[in-house]
Amino acid sequence: MTELMRPIRRLLRRRAGAPDPSPVPAPPVIEEPTRPTDDPSIAVDIAESDPLLAYLQSASGPVEIGRLELDSPAVRAMREAGVALVVPLVSQGELIGTLNLGPRLSEQEYYSDDRRLLTTLAAQAAPAIRVAQLVREQANEAAERERLEQEMRVATLIQQQFLPRELPKLPQWQIAAYYGPARAVGGDFYDFIEMPDGRIGIAVGDVTDKGVPAALVMARTHSILRAEASRSNSPGDILSRANALLEPEMPARMFVTCLFAILEPETGRIVLANAGHNLPYIRTGDGVVELRATGMPLGLMPGIRYEETEGVIAPGSNVLLYSDGLVEAHDPNQEMYGFPRLRQEMTVDDSGSELLDRLLETLHRFTGPDWEQEDDITLVTLRRASGVADEPASDGQAGPALITAFSIPGEEGNERLAMDRVAAAVGGLGLPPARLERLKTAVSEATMNAIEYGSQGNPDVPVDIAVETTADAIVVRITDRALSGAVPTDAEAPDIELKLAGEQKPRGWGLFLIRNMVDSMDVTSDGSTQTVTLTMAREERTDG
Amino acid sequence: MDERQFGAEITEVPEEIRLRLSGDLNGRADETLASAYARVAALGPRRVSLDFAHVGYINSTGIALVVRLLAQARRDGRAVRAIGLTEHYREIFRITRLSDFMEIVEGDAA
Repeated sequence: MTELMRPIRRLLRRRAGAPDPSPVPAPPVIEEPTRPTDDPSIAVDIAESDPLLAYLQSASGPVEIGRLELDSPAVRAMREAGVALVVPLVSQGELIGTLNLGPRLSEQEYYSDDRRLLTTLAAQAAPAIRVAQLVREQANEAAERERLEQEMRVATLIQQQFLPRELPKLPQWQIAAYYGPARAVGGDFYDFIEMPDGRIGIAVGDVTDKGVPAALVMARTHSILRAEASRSNSPGDILSRANALLEPEMPARMFVTCLFAILEPETGRIVLANAGHNLPYIRTGDGVVELRATGMPLGLMPGIRYEETEGVIAPGSNVLLYSDGLVEAHDPNQEMYGFPRLRQEMTVDDSGSELLDRLLETLHRFTGPDWEQEDDITLVTLRRASGVADEPASDGQAGPALITAFSIPGEEGNERLAMDRVAAAVGGLGLPPARLERLKTAVSEATMNAIEYGSQGNPDVPVDIAVETTADAIVVRITDRALSGAVPTDAEAPDIELKLAGEQKPRGWGLFLIRNMVDSMDVTSDGSTQTVTLTMAREERTDG
Repeated sequence: MDERQFGAEITEVPEEIRLRLSGDLNGRADETLASAYARVAALGPRRVSLDFAHVGYINSTGIALVVRLLAQARRDGRAVRAIGLTEHYREIFRITRLSDFMEIVEGDAA
């Protein structure tokens, strides 16, 4: 049979919903993997709108192209290409391709036996080809998912590199910062720049867009601001020069909002300029005020000058710099967190780190436990001590970068909430799935202990959880209020045989599990609180 | 239905009773699991299979509940096996040595 035919080995596939590569799309094509150099195959593409497709869809068997009366570009193209017979390949009622045959070598017409054989062949080949198509589609989708996840990991790594590793050491000041990445990492950043005369430059910014492009623009902006801050004492000049450098190289539809402030720690004087960013709030004895300065975002157009505004942060006052992610968070009913709520939160008098913790707590109460964070959230708080050394200054201790910090009510069952939030926070850090699962179990168990012993199950007694990263590990600190004293860490090791024999209680697996799940567990106590520190290396250590 | 709501339903299969568990296996699962096992025991099978395929979370209290069930089954002369555990929980069953006393079947079981 094959000797009688001149096969045109082209299978054309049409499938509803397939992406259209061009205004008059050619259907995707399945080709055989290799072809001889004298391959007689001829490409014939059928447009989605061609009436031939509908005809073939309902045809009961092979179709003689020469006798087909149809106003169809594809029919004309097939005739020109020498196609004599078209066999529709239909799987589950869907036309998935055609088998196109040239004239018989004998130049006679195809016999009815030939047609029956071709009909049988098509009926058997079509499902197999459909399966091959589906396998290929799934492989493509999996590759795309992997690419996106890889991009998120890269974006997160870039982001992490540029977050400050330590906070400034300033007598009489408490400085706290928080950066919480969304799942599709955005372009938030913050920075503290120690200037030669003892002043501190503070930048908070947000790059539009997400993923690697936003992370790269963020990295570039970060570097430019650092360089310009070493040349100028004027926030307005620093932003103008940053804009001049960024504007020519800014990708289309991207820009950067940025607030740049310079603080004189001795006097509390703060001067700032603003490139389209949220205005900072200051809580003073007289209420909450905004430090107002306006200007175009960086990278939109050349030649922008930025006005400066200044104020004095009096002793006992708080300042909050923040990104959109906070005020634009939504609750389950799609209500936005909004500026009025934030302003109200600012009226409470508490220390810088307490303010930060409270804002996050309020936010998480607002969004509910199932919240998927829409955008990066960045918060920077400054608190000037109220007078004599009545408040600890920021110790500026060098250490890991804080990813997230939050508190949960000390009530049974909330360990699951803590576990899910830690998992969400570290989700983009590239931890292998098995290690992530182990970390989740360890966090859950340590939080259960904190709730049971530290809070005695009282929802009004919170458990604090902080997640930090170092170059090679993820560190989770779980701090409780130690209401029952220290959590016993030297409990009898669980023995399954004794438990099954009824000689040991069935419970008592918590610490055993934690120790087996993470690379290290340390417990510290200061009498009023106890902190369990879990360390999980990003990669499996070779020594096991 | 809340996917974390713990449930346990009995599916009878030849030679064994299968307990299809679902939701979070933690302290709150205590009574549901205990009463499910009591119903299983009343049917007197030689083996009980715990199907974890629809359990998304097991904590140490959940492990303790499995230990208690296993102890009771052994006293009743009944074998226990676990099916549908994720790789992570299979690891936990290994390090707690639960796997020394119950068969752990990877994936689903016939």
